[in-house]
Amino acid sequence: MFWQQLVNGLTVGSTYSLIALGYTLIFGVLGIINMAHGQIFIFGSLVGLVLMTSMQMPLGVALVASIVISAILGLILEYTALRPLRKKNVPHLASLISTIGFAILVEEAMHKIFGADSRAFPQSFGDKTFDLGVIQIRSVDLIILAIALILMFVLHFWIQKTKMGKAIRATAENTDTANILGINTNMVIIVTVMLASALGGVAGILIGMAYSALIPTMGMTLGFKGLAVLILGGVGSIPGAMVCGVLLGVIEVFTVAYGDSSYRDAVAFGLIIVILLLKPEGLFGRKA
Amino acid sequence: MLSIQNLTTSYGQIKAIRGISLEVPEGKIVSLIGANGAGKTTTMRTIAGQLKPQSGGIVFCGQKIDGSKPHQIVKAGLALVPEGRQILGKMTVLENLEMGAFQRNDAQGIKDDMEKMMNWFPILRERLSQLGGTMSGGQQQMLAIARALMSRPKLLLLDEPSMGLAPIVVSDIFKVIKQINAEGTTVLIVEQNVKQALKIADYGYVLEAGQIVLDGTAESLLNDERVKEAYLGGRKH
Repeated sequence: MFWQQLVNGLTVGSTYSLIALGYTLIFGVLGIINMAHGQIFIFGSLVGLVLMTSMQMPLGVALVASIVISAILGLILEYTALRPLRKKNVPHLASLISTIGFAILVEEAMHKIFGADSRAFPQSFGDKTFDLGVIQIRSVDLIILAIALILMFVLHFWIQKTKMGKAIRATAENTDTANILGINTNMVIIVTVMLASALGGVAGILIGMAYSALIPTMGMTLGFKGLAVLILGGVGSIPGAMVCGVLLGVIEVFTVAYGDSSYRDAVAFGLIIVILLLKPEGLFGRKA
Repeated sequence: MLSIQNLTTSYGQIKAIRGISLEVPEGKIVSLIGANGAGKTTTMRTIAGQLKPQSGGIVFCGQKIDGSKPHQIVKAGLALVPEGRQILGKMTVLENLEMGAFQRNDAQGIKDDMEKMMNWFPILRERLSQLGGTMSGGQQQMLAIARALMSRPKLLLLDEPSMGLAPIVVSDIFKVIKQINAEGTTVLIVEQNVKQALKIADYGYVLEAGQIVLDGTAESLLNDERVKEAYLGGRKH
């Protein structure tokens, strides 16, 4: 029972990690919280899901579509809601509001295009179960876990070792310094926003697979989960987002398994409050 | 090589530099000296593209660069060692050097230059995998200079390289600057440490309250009564 629930928690949590990574990457380079993140990736994921259900496309196509659409929405966000304000040197609070505006716009567009109802994932995959002794794992959970973990591993490597990844870190640390070293920081910001949204696009499809359905309003609820993970892990911390996303997932699943399912969010967020009281900068954050 | 005409830069209503003109000839060291708040850093930041001039022009190697973005100016062959060094403290020494070469794609050339920098500044070789933020002020200044040189600039701008450093370290830094120039890089240096800056320079400009009040060969400035009085601790008896 324990091991089984742990695997379930890891599965759900790894998707939270992907969502939180999107927030933390954008916060890193821009110093703002992108309130439209959840809506952007649920929009992308819904496009992917529609391709699967109405056009019988395979999962891979849906994933790619979700990634591409989410990234494009991220790009639109940068050009409409972020860059114009950055040029005018206004306080960061202004971009917080402009991203909320963008979130409302995307959410309404989803209602218009996809309807407000929940959309089911096709049942054709993921019902096979593997028996591994102490645990039984559904193939869908295996796919989710594998994609999320591989993606995080690749992202970590990419940020640490590649030229572009280093440029993102340099920009995150000090945009002025990055500029005088010859880094086109506007380009870095575009890459970061698109990457963050694309990671969300993957997370959205994976969550749809886990819950067998997607609803436009999930953008907001999942967005809040990602935000909670962001704060818990330490704002701007990449390892913090990775570890704490999984942690939140495990806490949630254990609350349901050993407690009461209606207390799931209460316990999870209650624990976050307790942790933050003890360590206000987040588990992986630096003291300001 | 660098020619500045009537440059004016403002912060809001306040004009930090007012119509300054100066020339940096190829192969030379030019020093821009002046007290705190005279507009030295503003001048540097404007040349490097971090600030937009209100009026006036900057021509670098025959190319107009005022209004260009900082990364385009680096590409044109100009590198700034900023005031306060601005080391990327959360990145390693090696990564700092790599970021200096961001505009370049010649892997072998970058490797060679990296080797050259480590020969010039042996401390960097010892600290290669250490985070930039953990180094001392003098070491950070060496790293900042090496990092700027990694872009293979034709013109190196140095903004107060002696700031906050012990006198013995300062003289090391100035030796290095002299050597960099001897190897073919033109240098524009901004300093409050007037004596040191003029000693290594070919030509100097004196900036006061945002305007050039005096210029001449470094030697003539070192012997100028006004310079002695204002910046070199009074006249000699």
